[in-house]
Amino acid sequence: MNNRTWARLAAVTAALALTLGACSSSDGDSATGGSTSGDTATDSAAGGDTAAGGDTAADGDTSQGDGATSGYDLNNPPGSETPVELIYWDWAPGIENIVDQWNAKNNGITVTLVTMDGGDPAIAKLLTAIKAGSGAPDIMHSEYQMIPTLVVGDALIDMTEYLDPSVKGQFTDAVWNSVTLGTDAVYAVPGDFGPLAFFYRADKFEEWGLTVPTTWDEYAEVARQVREKDPNAYLGTFSSNDAGWFTGMTQQAGASWWGIKDDSWTVDVNSDATKKVAEYWGGLVEEGAILNTPMYTPEWVAALADGTQVGWLSASWAPSVLISNAPDTQGLWKAAPLPQWDAANPATGTWGGSGTAITAQSEHPAEAAQFISWLNASEEGVKAMAELGQYPAADDLRTKVMTEPPAFMAAQTDYVDLLNQIAGTVNPFTYGPNVNVAYSAYNDEFGKACEQKSQDAFVAAVDTMQSLTLEDLISSGFAVAE
Amino acid sequence: MTAAQATPSASPPTATPAGTTRRPRKRKRQLWRDLPAWGFLTPVAVLFVLFMVAPIGYALFLSFRTYKTQGLGLGKGARKEVWNGLENYAKALSDPEFLASVGRVLIYGLVLVPTMILLATIFALLLDSRRARLKQFSRVSIFLPYAVPAVISSLMWGFLYLPAVSPFHWLAGRAGVSLPNMVSPNLITFAVANIALWGGVGFNMVVIYTSLKAIPSELYEAAVLDGCTEFQIAVRVKVPIVAPAIIMTLLFSLISTLQVFAEPMTLKPLTNTVPSTWTPLMKIYRDAFVRDDIFSAAASSIVVAFVTFLVSFGFLRLVQGRAFNEDQ
Repeated sequence: MNNRTWARLAAVTAALALTLGACSSSDGDSATGGSTSGDTATDSAAGGDTAAGGDTAADGDTSQGDGATSGYDLNNPPGSETPVELIYWDWAPGIENIVDQWNAKNNGITVTLVTMDGGDPAIAKLLTAIKAGSGAPDIMHSEYQMIPTLVVGDALIDMTEYLDPSVKGQFTDAVWNSVTLGTDAVYAVPGDFGPLAFFYRADKFEEWGLTVPTTWDEYAEVARQVREKDPNAYLGTFSSNDAGWFTGMTQQAGASWWGIKDDSWTVDVNSDATKKVAEYWGGLVEEGAILNTPMYTPEWVAALADGTQVGWLSASWAPSVLISNAPDTQGLWKAAPLPQWDAANPATGTWGGSGTAITAQSEHPAEAAQFISWLNASEEGVKAMAELGQYPAADDLRTKVMTEPPAFMAAQTDYVDLLNQIAGTVNPFTYGPNVNVAYSAYNDEFGKACEQKSQDAFVAAVDTMQSLTLEDLISSGFAVAE
Repeated sequence: MTAAQATPSASPPTATPAGTTRRPRKRKRQLWRDLPAWGFLTPVAVLFVLFMVAPIGYALFLSFRTYKTQGLGLGKGARKEVWNGLENYAKALSDPEFLASVGRVLIYGLVLVPTMILLATIFALLLDSRRARLKQFSRVSIFLPYAVPAVISSLMWGFLYLPAVSPFHWLAGRAGVSLPNMVSPNLITFAVANIALWGGVGFNMVVIYTSLKAIPSELYEAAVLDGCTEFQIAVRVKVPIVAPAIIMTLLFSLISTLQVFAEPMTLKPLTNTVPSTWTPLMKIYRDAFVRDDIFSAAASSIVVAFVTFLVSFGFLRLVQGRAFNEDQ
């Protein structure tokens, strides 16, 4: 799950509870572990077969085919003859239910969950433990964009040799690429991901006679109309706190901020695609068509609930955020594809999403790999993850287990199909080893630009991000191609 | 205590051989006399070394080092920790963000410290005046905010500042008045200072008040006999006598100003106006835990610690004799 989102969601919820005395814990429906193992085993083997055949036929990977018929049961891995205890760091609310479900298997591998405050603190803790030489868990949950940082910090191992080949077959190439960084190594197994979509208040749109925007030009037009209909209302906000959100927006436009070229990193933050996105949003902020204050503030949460934020460009996990922060608006929201730059070639980006990795300090990598494969690539694991409100990355399994829209979106009957269709249009994007530097530069530079409400400042912020990110890579000694 | 003191005076005769010369015996006797003192000091010294000296030493060591990566940095051992000389210090001292954060803290201190001390002194004097009523209640209610952790109070004030959720803005809106936005760039310094003030005045007031209580009442009687008004007593008698306490609180406030962290850090996600390097400590935190560069963070920490040390001792020198060493 998107770490910043959860961390701030938790903070905002806690803060709201403070003043309003209303404590919300949305993920009440715990994952119940009652699946008929015989049935699911066969199902999953079949699912694995087709996935492997379908997705990777092009690269003629023979090990793939072998793996699918090797008889490894992702739902019920062999376990361990001598009891093994694995420490697992995660922060997703409700994850303990999935861990309990695994431990109930009694297969000799016991997983002990240590709940973290959020993704960023967990990363800092892990890097500290790696430096200290002890104290790291066996299994680490990490957002995709932090994986390069962890690999460079020698915190994760290449888990290729411990993974059954059938695991890879569960994922699309675009998702799998985010855990291999485009190399031959596998640093994590993808868990969930967050394709971007446009969520809007269908009731307000109807009341004001607005049409759902399909292009960014239309989005700007609708944003202006919203301002005319209700001077207190906005179609959206540009958030200087959410670098991941902006990254996803540029991903849709075709940007990829990092890359690997001939054994060197490339940094391309200020590409034309990124500048186009910055210019667009800077223009909207400058004219006041959308708001310039961050998301995940008490103000923003209040605005979602009282109908003065009538749209949210968010990701597949948005319903679980909305249900806990604006429960009264259930049934009023609908999802649509992100507005497009080029309507003929629909595309989207991602915001959030994470995978599960084995740390360099683990003494039981083979056992850890069994748990990780079950968690992210078995039908049981994916089902439990979906029940927590996450959007699993394993493509075929997800379409199989997620047939109903989440309760919050129940009014939109085509929600599941729509999301699956959107998920198929994600543009590729490569994260580099200093995402944290680029992201904190984003926070600071766009914070200033938002406050100035100037289109020029938005574009200048992108250039500053580029130079800060590039300088940091060079001064750390990385091979960087100009 | 008595047992410990008895030991040194009793033991030397039995422990010292008869034939030794005068000098060594004297030295030995001194050692025996000091032994219990060292005994008492040992726990403190051990803890001090373990948890103060050693970490400071380690930070100092880290501040001269850095990571060097080779190639893509993806293979095992592609990143090495190497000696970096004074590079981290040069970087810290020439970093415009670091200097800007120092500048912000200076302005913040100029706003906060005088207000804090003035208010604390006035409250203490009011509570101490003979005509004060509801003393117990007032003292507790002024002191209470100090017991609220800075993160909680910052969250609370954050809610009060944000126009869309603030009850003040709501009330003002009802009355047709528009209040300024406290989390805008012009006012953010005051917004943060206000939180610190709210939390800190009570503590400083208690320090000064305790000192006021220690003044013998004969002084007041004499002053009244000489025709002093209550106000004159406060300004001409009380304030000069409690000056050391005021100077102490001033010093504490100065140090906590240099180390301001929790308040702006908590306000940061609520607004665009607090960058991740708003104060020096925030920049150190960002370097260490967001950018994973503990080496630059260590260098900046040493610089901040050194400046804090200089300011504190410089300040004490300046007001020599008034704060701690009156008798000398």
